[in-house]
Amino acid sequence: MKADAAPVLETTALSKSFGGLSAVRDVSIALNRGELHAVIGPNGAGKSTLVNLLSGELRPTSGEIRLDGRPVTDTSAPHMAQAGVARSFQRTNIFPPLSILENVRLAVQAIHTPMRGLLRPHSAARDLDTRAAAVLERVGLGEAPHRMAGTLSHGEQRLIEIAMTLAGNPRVLLLDEPLAGMGNEESEAMARLLKDLARDHAVLLIEHDMDFVFSVADRMTVMVEGALMASGPPEAIRADAAVQRTYLGAAS
Amino acid sequence: MLPTTRGAFALAAGAVVLALLPFMAQVYYVELATTALVAAMLALSLQLLVGCTGLVSLGHGAFYGLAAYTVYLVTPEDAGLSIMITLPLAVLAAGAAALFVGALSLRTRGFFFLMVTLAFGQMIFFIFHDTKLGGGTDGAYLARPALSLLGFELTYTRRQRPVFLYYVALVQLVAMYLFLAFLLRSLFGRVLEGIRINEHRMRALGYDTYRYKLAAFVIGGALAGVAGHMWAMHRAFVNPEIIGWHRSAEALLMILLGGLQSLHGPILGALAFTGLGELPQLVGDAKPFARFFSAIGLADFGLRVQALAERKLLLEGLVILAVVLVLPRGLAGLRWPRFIRPAFGGRPAGNERVQP
Amino acid sequence: MSFAGFLAQLLNGVQYGLLLFLIASGLTLIFGVMGIINLAHGSLFMVGAYVAFLTTRAVGSAWLALPLALIGGAVFGALLERGLFRHFYRRDHLDQVLLTFALILLFEETRSILVGNDFYSVPVPAAFDFSVPITAGFSYSAYRFAVIAICLALAVVLFLWIERTRMGAIIRAAAEKPEMVDVIGIDARRVHMTVFAVGTALALTAGALAAPLYSVYPGMGDGFLIISFVVVVIGGLGSISGAFWSALLIGLVDTLGKAYVPAVAGLAIYVLMAGVLIWRPTGLFGQRG
Repeated sequence: MKADAAPVLETTALSKSFGGLSAVRDVSIALNRGELHAVIGPNGAGKSTLVNLLSGELRPTSGEIRLDGRPVTDTSAPHMAQAGVARSFQRTNIFPPLSILENVRLAVQAIHTPMRGLLRPHSAARDLDTRAAAVLERVGLGEAPHRMAGTLSHGEQRLIEIAMTLAGNPRVLLLDEPLAGMGNEESEAMARLLKDLARDHAVLLIEHDMDFVFSVADRMTVMVEGALMASGPPEAIRADAAVQRTYLGAAS
Repeated sequence: MLPTTRGAFALAAGAVVLALLPFMAQVYYVELATTALVAAMLALSLQLLVGCTGLVSLGHGAFYGLAAYTVYLVTPEDAGLSIMITLPLAVLAAGAAALFVGALSLRTRGFFFLMVTLAFGQMIFFIFHDTKLGGGTDGAYLARPALSLLGFELTYTRRQRPVFLYYVALVQLVAMYLFLAFLLRSLFGRVLEGIRINEHRMRALGYDTYRYKLAAFVIGGALAGVAGHMWAMHRAFVNPEIIGWHRSAEALLMILLGGLQSLHGPILGALAFTGLGELPQLVGDAKPFARFFSAIGLADFGLRVQALAERKLLLEGLVILAVVLVLPRGLAGLRWPRFIRPAFGGRPAGNERVQP
Repeated sequence: MSFAGFLAQLLNGVQYGLLLFLIASGLTLIFGVMGIINLAHGSLFMVGAYVAFLTTRAVGSAWLALPLALIGGAVFGALLERGLFRHFYRRDHLDQVLLTFALILLFEETRSILVGNDFYSVPVPAAFDFSVPITAGFSYSAYRFAVIAICLALAVVLFLWIERTRMGAIIRAAAEKPEMVDVIGIDARRVHMTVFAVGTALALTAGALAAPLYSVYPGMGDGFLIISFVVVVIGGLGSISGAFWSALLIGLVDTLGKAYVPAVAGLAIYVLMAGVLIWRPTGLFGQRG
């Protein structure tokens, strides 16, 4: 994929420590539109913390985050989402008692409803339905959208997670292990979806499945113990001796 | 939260029964029913927070009491003002207090939220308990608001008064139910539901949940003000007890009793709770009860049971224990006979209570 | 007011604050470890006060009340945990609130059945019924000094228990990370029961100490419960040292306020709480909200 010149979301020397323990150290990373940027690393490397920092869920201890060149370092999670930075969660984080459609409608409504429209009866909000149905179609959940989310298979719940992330029409997608616990067939569908999404979004992907990552990533970053170890195109990462030694070697 | 079509018919039938009650019951029971309707309004206004949004507040009774005191404070000593003046003022006062308390307490969650709402509620209690503002600890009598609109006044004799006040309360309760039903059907209601189920996800989706919760808190507080205003109108008396946090806890009990899953639950819970409060009276007055125990040679025991039944707190405490231990889903969790069951609860699976 | 008078109020404030600490520390420990909200904690304080009243009436002196409250409280707390609270750890807040509210009503009604609804004063134990001269013109109640000393001694024991023992380490871990409770596995039941027993014993002891100072009366637990909530909110959750400093702060603000600006003193602690909520919603000394 060809990336545009200016990064959409960018960090400089981002750090986060809990008590005395530093979870993320001096991470500088840039996400470009049209690019799928995969972050890999062993468990506890600070990948999820990085996503939490980028999505506004955690405040960094130091460093800066910029969205379209403007500083957004201390912006809260809802405001980051409103600004077009959407995330999915490693552990499925949906509304189990609601139907598939209602889950996604909530996500659509978050971004597309002005205050004065809030008192409309929800059954009359056809625009939200249309948009939600379109998103569900895109992730392959278009059939039987009135089933209750909590009763679905794990894979389908993961798809709801992705659909909610897409629903607000974001520019940046932060996907925290979207494949976790998915079967082979589902993984392949997800790979196609991710490639498709990377065309018009800036995507940050955290993933453990190396074959999968190397097959979809345009750019990769390796994190170890909270810090960046290497960053570059997949071929360069594969060839990097240090990464080989400490991570890829150990994984295979 | 909202009833199915059949449920709506059942509710409408219930409202009709309530409307016919004054034609069937003695004055004492009409007045008791008015008390129950006021309690129902309080519990219903709290349901917006507890059942809909998942916020358990122990400061709700304070807004209710504050509204009643507002009626006292604005009413001249000798003549009642128009309800068109007292009601908006009472609602405004309750809503403003809810805005202040909510803005601060919603900065916290869970256990802290409970403690902070309780403490601020108690602050309002102390203002009226420890100062002479509203008659101090003894409370004060007030002139009832008049049913007048634009110079046209609805008058009633002293004998007709219980029935008139009953209908005023009933109309307000029905209006409040319809208003909340409208609110919950709207997109705003969907957001509150989302917050109850998974607030964390709502924030990640882009909802500034603090604002929505504050809006719910203020609306709930203002509606508690409607209930408090009706209390003042019904009893023509205020004392600090109506502000105390025990009132909030009782309202929570009514909600649990009637069921968290529905909007009409709190109304049923309030009616049941008020009815239970009458139990000692019934046991105490029941001649057959006394006769039964004298007949089996236990007159003394019978008297003791009656004396024990007079202890309202004991009864209330045991009822709560029973509900919490045996009926964690309230009366709605009882297994109804098949032919009535469909009338209760909206969507059976969609309203699971969510662990905090 | 004179300097001596100020000193007396200062000591009163410290003494009140230390009593609040005994109540609030139990509250925050019980919540920190078990995640349960005990509204009846104020009633336990009341039970302690009535234990002091009844012992004094029965044996003529209050010397027995303290060990009775401490040991009886621990046993009572353990029984409550076993019989009732254990089943509510995983229930939601509403159930916990109503359960403990029911306990308040039952405690109050039991008190009413046993001793009626009158106010009773409790005599100061004879051994401490004198004043300690501080300066030429100023002396201070020996009993209040004794209360301060006993509270401080209990606070030190509590700190050592939390900081130096294995169970203390588990308690700290559980208060910081609730998930830890699952990790400790087999020990959990014992830890829960111990924490509940300690919290209850502290509340009863505070009540027994307070009885000669404030007399005993219906509903006396309510006021102390709510002030203790303010202490916990200001101190921050699960932090014993936070509860300690915040209890002293509240004790001083409330006591000095009532002495010097009585008109607005009742509101002072709430204003303080509002300020903390605006400035640091997780409490002055707390780790998490």
